Amino acid sequence: MKILECPINGPRPIQEFIFGGEYRPMPDPDKVSDEVWADYVFNRAGEPGIKHEWWYHLSSGTWFIAEHDTVKDVFIKTYLHQDMNENE
Amino acid sequence: MPYRLLRFALSKKYPEPRMFTEPDKLKKHYDVVIIGGGGHGLAAAYYLARDHGITNVAVLEKNYIGSGGTGRNTAIVRSNYLTAEGVRFYDKSIKLFQDLSAEFNLNLFYSERGHFTLAHTDSALRTMRWRAEVNKHMGVESVLVDRAFIKEKIPEIDLDCGHNMPIIGALYHPPGAIARHDAVAWGYGRGANMRGAEIHQNTTVTGIEVKNDKVVGVKTNKGMIETNKVLSAVAGYTPHITRMVGLRTPIVVHPLQACVTEPIKPWLNAIVVSASFHLYVSQSSRGELVMGASLDPYELHSTRSTLDFAEGLSGHMLELFPFLSEINVMRQWAGLSDMTPDFSPIMGKTCVEGFYIDAGWGTWGFKATPASGKTMASTVANDQDDETIKPFNLSRFGQYELVGEKGAASVGH
Repeated sequence: MKILECPINGPRPIQEFIFGGEYRPMPDPDKVSDEVWADYVFNRAGEPGIKHEWWYHLSSGTWFIAEHDTVKDVFIKTYLHQDMNENE
Repeated sequence: MPYRLLRFALSKKYPEPRMFTEPDKLKKHYDVVIIGGGGHGLAAAYYLARDHGITNVAVLEKNYIGSGGTGRNTAIVRSNYLTAEGVRFYDKSIKLFQDLSAEFNLNLFYSERGHFTLAHTDSALRTMRWRAEVNKHMGVESVLVDRAFIKEKIPEIDLDCGHNMPIIGALYHPPGAIARHDAVAWGYGRGANMRGAEIHQNTTVTGIEVKNDKVVGVKTNKGMIETNKVLSAVAGYTPHITRMVGLRTPIVVHPLQACVTEPIKPWLNAIVVSASFHLYVSQSSRGELVMGASLDPYELHSTRSTLDFAEGLSGHMLELFPFLSEINVMRQWAGLSDMTPDFSPIMGKTCVEGFYIDAGWGTWGFKATPASGKTMASTVANDQDDETIKPFNLSRFGQYELVGEKGAASVGH
């Protein structure tokens, strides 16, 4: 069974989690051009590598960030969004 | 022992002609370089040579022919999609498929089985009625059928699914077929090679040279090639290639797993799909049940297999066909699906002159092989998007003109 570490609840089976996609800082929609906004809405960094991803722990309703190696399927670390700067 | 076999044993050289020649070296210049030796890339090379007389073409494959999505799908061909754009495109493909064995003089085991998409909920039935009407309007055989009809065609099915989610109807698509998927790649490869195109296996593209927004060359592990036209047909590996020319796309890669059982007596003629059960199954001409599921739930660039998948899929298989409980699963594998947000492909020209893209094939790439090859060949030859694929251009995202294809296999609705 694959285990993912929830920053609040500790290690839990991956079935308890939902993948929320790549972490992408949102540009200010009032200040950017339509192209930049469309790029934010649709385009993704689809290449393999170590990525910052949003994950959601279903049972406790926790959104958090996971650093995930998408080639080896290994989770390197997980933390809450508010702690992102310390973990970078 | 037959004499033919003996000849193979005694000969130092391979005594039969191979499907295609294997050139040692890359030429310095090609008119068109196709990245990806799967069905799509080889089909494009074939139609470039046959329909447009462009034969100075190299197909570069980093592994062996058909080693990617082409050899990993569940080989289903159908055209009962939801959008007019989708139906038009996939119907073109199915019509090409029907004549392909004769055209190649190679048996693709193309077998029309009839395709059932089961509805377990009212909302699924509603979408199917919508699909049936769009299909009929576009001249595609597609009809909504009731439980009695399903039972008559597939007597082994448990319509009540163990009283979990009873089947209430289905979308029936008689031309739905299966084919031997690697033979499709070989047939296109041989046809393209006979007409002059070169196939280079074990050749990895390491870079694409772009000057003033124009393609001028391709770097490979076997040297540099000069060319002004590059077609990327690498499905699950698209983000590697688009990065080389500085393009961004909405493609996200998820693995899609499939498996086959041991061969058993022929009993299942139809192709059965249930979106609610995340399941599709057909019986191959060898007797194996070929089964697939929905996408793995998170982004991953690995073709690993999981027990979760085999367990989940088998559970649902037994709800539909309880008598299979003693049948063993023989092999399990995964392929990479390059998913787009609207479940439609990304095809055609790009903002980099001479760079053409054929991607976003997610879970629907195999059935598109002939039509994709034909339309991409015409796009590359004329440097203008073929009429059928205009709605699928990469620029649709920037213009917010998506093609919402809810008829795609992975969409549970």
